[in-house]
Amino acid sequence: FFFRFAAVYVSQKISKSRWRPVSHSSLQQADIFATGSWDNEDNKISFWSIGSHGSSGVEDGFEGDPQLLCEHKHDGDVLDLQFLDQDRIVTASSTGAVTIFRHHQNSQTISVSQQWARAHRYPSDNAPCTGVVCSSPEIVTVGEDGRIIVFRADQEGVIRVIDNADSSTIHAVTYLRTTEILTVNSIGQLKLWDLRQQSNSPSQILSLSGDRVPLHCVDRHPNQQHIVATGGQDGMLCVWDVRQGSTPFSLMEAHSAEMWEVHFHPTNPDHLFTCSEDGSLLHWETSSQSDIPSFLQGGRNSSMTSRSAMAPAGGNQSLINAWLSGDSSKGRLETTHMLPSQTLSVNSLDVLGQCLVCGTDGEAIFVNRQVPV
Amino acid sequence: IFKINKVCLLKTSSGTHLGFAWGPGDILVYETLYKVRKDEDIYSPILRKLFNESHHIFVGLQTIREDLPSKNKKPQFVSISKNYRSVIRACMEELQQVAEVAMQYGNQVSILLAIELIWNLCEVLFIDAAPAGSLLLHLLDWVRLHKADVDEKAREVLQSESPAEHRDYWDVVVSYVLQGRLEEARQMLVKQATLQPAARKMYKQMDTLLSKMPFYNPGGTQTLTEFDVKWRHWHEEVDRCLQDNSFASNKHLELICKVSDLGDEDTLLEHKDLLSTWYHFLVTRLLFCHPTVKPTELHYYAQSCLTMFLDSRSVPEPLDSILLAAFEFDIHQVIKDCSIALNNWWFVAHLTDLLDHCKLLQSHNLHFGSNLREFLLLEYASGLFTHHSLWQLAVDYFDHCPEFGRVYLELQIERVPLDTERKALKVLRICEQRQMSEQVRSICKIMAMRALRNNRLGSALSWSIRAKDAAFATLISERFLQDYCARGTFSDLDLIDNLGPAMLLSDRLTFLGKYREFHKLYGEKRFREASKLLLSLMTAKIAPRSFWMTLLTDALPLLEQKEVSHHIVRYAVYGQSTPPQKIFSLLLSNIKKTSKYSYLRSCNQRIFGFFSGKNNIKDVLII
Repeated sequence: FFFRFAAVYVSQKISKSRWRPVSHSSLQQADIFATGSWDNEDNKISFWSIGSHGSSGVEDGFEGDPQLLCEHKHDGDVLDLQFLDQDRIVTASSTGAVTIFRHHQNSQTISVSQQWARAHRYPSDNAPCTGVVCSSPEIVTVGEDGRIIVFRADQEGVIRVIDNADSSTIHAVTYLRTTEILTVNSIGQLKLWDLRQQSNSPSQILSLSGDRVPLHCVDRHPNQQHIVATGGQDGMLCVWDVRQGSTPFSLMEAHSAEMWEVHFHPTNPDHLFTCSEDGSLLHWETSSQSDIPSFLQGGRNSSMTSRSAMAPAGGNQSLINAWLSGDSSKGRLETTHMLPSQTLSVNSLDVLGQCLVCGTDGEAIFVNRQVPV
Repeated sequence: IFKINKVCLLKTSSGTHLGFAWGPGDILVYETLYKVRKDEDIYSPILRKLFNESHHIFVGLQTIREDLPSKNKKPQFVSISKNYRSVIRACMEELQQVAEVAMQYGNQVSILLAIELIWNLCEVLFIDAAPAGSLLLHLLDWVRLHKADVDEKAREVLQSESPAEHRDYWDVVVSYVLQGRLEEARQMLVKQATLQPAARKMYKQMDTLLSKMPFYNPGGTQTLTEFDVKWRHWHEEVDRCLQDNSFASNKHLELICKVSDLGDEDTLLEHKDLLSTWYHFLVTRLLFCHPTVKPTELHYYAQSCLTMFLDSRSVPEPLDSILLAAFEFDIHQVIKDCSIALNNWWFVAHLTDLLDHCKLLQSHNLHFGSNLREFLLLEYASGLFTHHSLWQLAVDYFDHCPEFGRVYLELQIERVPLDTERKALKVLRICEQRQMSEQVRSICKIMAMRALRNNRLGSALSWSIRAKDAAFATLISERFLQDYCARGTFSDLDLIDNLGPAMLLSDRLTFLGKYREFHKLYGEKRFREASKLLLSLMTAKIAPRSFWMTLLTDALPLLEQKEVSHHIVRYAVYGQSTPPQKIFSLLLSNIKKTSKYSYLRSCNQRIFGFFSGKNNIKDVLII
C-alpha cells in the first residue's frame, strides 16, 4: 500500500499543495497540482503534472514521478494557496500580499494577474496573510493582523475590510455558506461571520471549554454544511456542529504536534485526512452503516482514543442516542498512517478523487493515486 | 562576494578556499572565486536534494536497533551504504547535465565522483568486509563502476558500420579484458574473427582460453583452495600459449595473452591510457596474478602499484593518499585525509557515522572513536544550521550527538530568524519536544513583544499562555487596563470575555477578567452580584495600586443604591476577615497622594453620610 506513493525531492520546503479542480462534467481525474514554498530566500509557486491516466500501458500507481511544468518567483512565504479557477491561483504571502497568478497552459508559463501588495499590515510593519479562500470571483483573506478582507478578482480595490475582527492571529478561513465564513484563531475560537451583515462582529463564537488551544485549520463537511472539523496546536481533531452549542461535538486524539490541515474528502465525506508537524498524514475512515459518519456520533470509538464532549442540547435524536448509548457498533472509525516512514512536518495535503498530494519540510512531494476511498 | 555564515576550523590547503562557508552558494568548496547569487545558483538546488535525501537515510540508520546480532545488521548497513551512494550518484548525474551547460560546475562533479569512489571502496573494504575470493570480485565491480568510458566507447564502436575496423575496437577489447569482462571481450572478438576467416583457428583458441578463466563463486561449493588450483591450471595454459607463440601473428591477441599471464606489469604499464588510474592497474594486476588476495595483503600491492604507475614526474594527489590509506585499512587516516582534502563535511560526517554504527571506529581508541563521529556530525550540522532553510535537518543530527548535541542545538536554535508565526511555532515545537524550557520562554517572549508592539493583544496573550509566562501575562493585562483608563472602554472584548482557565496564569490577568465581569454585571443591573465582586476584588489584593482609585470610583455609585449599600456593609462587616475600615483607609491613604484627592473630597460627604452612625468606621474618614 505504501509504495503507491511517488515521491520527488524538490529542493524547497513545501508549505502548500493543491489539486487543480476538475470539472465534474468530464470524467477527468486529477492531473495537475500547484505548490508553494516557504523559508527560502526566493520562494516559488510551481505547477506540476502527474500525467494523464491510461496514457501508457504501465500499471496505475507506478507511473512516473510528478513533473514540473512551470514555476514562478513568489515574494515571501506562501502561507496559503487556493485555485480560483482552472487557470488562476490565489496566494497568501508572509509579506501580507494577496496575489493572483495565472497559469498559461499553452506556453507553460505563469504571470502575475493581480496583486494587493500590503493587504494585511500593521501600522509600521508587514503582517503575514495566513489564509485565503475563494469562490470565484470573490476572495476572502485573513492574517496575523486580525483582519478579514474581501476582494473581487479583476477589481482593484478591496470590497470590504473588517479591522480588528480578532485580537489574535486568524490562522485559517473557509466558507460555511455562500455568504458566511468561518475563521479560526490562536486563542482557540471558531468564529462565524455573516458577510451580509454590516456589523464588524462575528455572528457566533464557538470555543473549547478548557484550555484555549490555538486552532490552525478548518474544513466544512461537503454535504452537511453545519458540520465542521478543526485541528490545532495539540494535534486534536475536533468536529463541531455549528448549529448547536458552542463546544465541539467530538474530540479525537490525532497527532502528537500541530495539525496543519484537515480535509473532508470532497465526494466521499466518510473519509477525512489530516497532516501534522509530527510528520504523519492520517486517513480517517468510518464504516458506519448509518448516514452519519461515526465521528459525528461523538463519544468513544473502539479503535481511537477520544474524549467525549458535552452532549448538545436538543438536536438530532438519533445522534444523541448513538452517543449516549455508547454504542460503538453503530460505527467504526479507522485511522491509517499513509506515509511510509518518518518524515519532517507534513505541511499540506489535498485530495481529489483517488489522488492525494502532500508536501513536507523535508523538501519532498508525495503523490498517491490509489487512495482507497 | 560570499555570504559567509561560518568559517571552517580546519586549515585549508589553498588560500582561495573559504574552508567551510555555508552560505547558500558555497556548500562545496571550489578553487575559483566567483560571485555567487544565493539560491539562483544552479547547482544549489541539486545539492539540496543530497542533503534532504541523506538526512532521511541518516535518521533511518540511527533507529536501527542496537541489540540485533551483527550478522543481521551487516546487510542492513551495506544496504544503507548503497542508499547513500545512489543519492550521491543521482546528484552527480543531475549536476553533470548542468555542467554541460555551464563549465564552472565541472569541479563539483569531480568532487562528487571522488566522494563516491572513496565511499564505494570503504563499503567494500570496511562495511561489507569481503574476505579473500569475494574481495577481488567486489574490487572489480568497483573499478567497473568508475570507468564508464569503456561502455561509451563500446557503444560507439558497435554502432559504427564495421565495428571490427573501428579505430577504438581493440582498445575496447583490451579494456574489457583489463576489467575482467571476458564474456563481453569474447563477443567483440567474434566480430573480428568473422572478418578474418583465415585466422579463425587462432581466434577460436583465444575464445576458448578466455572462456575457461576461472572466477571465484562465493555462493558456490568450491573452496578457495580448489579455486586456486583451477586458476593455476589456467595460468599454465596461458603460459603455454605464450611460449608457443600461438598469438604471435596478432599483436593484440598476443597482448591479451601477456596480460592474462600473471598480469605482466610491464605490459600493463604500457597501456596506462587504458587503465588511466593506478587503482585500476592494481585491480587488474590482482585479477591476473593473485585473485585470492586477502584483505591484509592489499596494502602491499597497492603501494607498489601506486609507485609503479606514477612516473617520476607526477606526485600523488590527495585522492591517491586517501585510497591508499583505505587499502591499508587505516580508517582514521581516510577520514582525516578526506576532511582536509575535500573540505566537505557532508561526506566525512555521514561516512564516519555509518562506520561508527558498524562498530569499526571503536576498535581503535574507544574514546576517540565516538568523539570523532560526534565532532564531524556537529560540524556538519552547525553548517546546515546557518542555511536559511536546511536548519531543520540539522536538528535531527544534533539529536544524535549525545555529548554536545543538545548544547549546540540550544545555542543555534535561538538564532533562527522568526519572520512569521508559523515559523516560530515550528521552532517552538522543536524546543518543547526537547524540554528546552529556557528557549521556549525566550521565543515566546520575542513573539509576544512583537505582538504587543503591533497592538495584537490576543496574540501576545496566546504566546504568554504557551510559555506559561506569568510576568508577561501581567504586562499584557496592564496594557488592557491602561487602555481602559485612557478610553473608558475595553478593547478586544472577544479576548477578555473568553479567557477561560488562562485567567489564572497571573493575578493581574485574573483581575482583568474579573473586573470585566464586574462591568458586565453592572451593565446588566445585577448590582448585588456586581458589588460582591467589586468588594472581593478590593480585598483579594490583586488589584494594581494604580487601579485603586478607579475601583473606589466604581464603588461610589453602588453605595448610593440603598439595597446594595446595605449589602455591602453587611458583606464588609460580616463577610470579610479584613475589617472594612482598613480597606477604606488603605484606599484613601493612597488616593490622598494622587491628584484626584480633591475630587474625592467632594465625594467625602456622601461617604461620611453613609458611615455616620457606625462608630467603628468614623475614624476612617481622614480629611
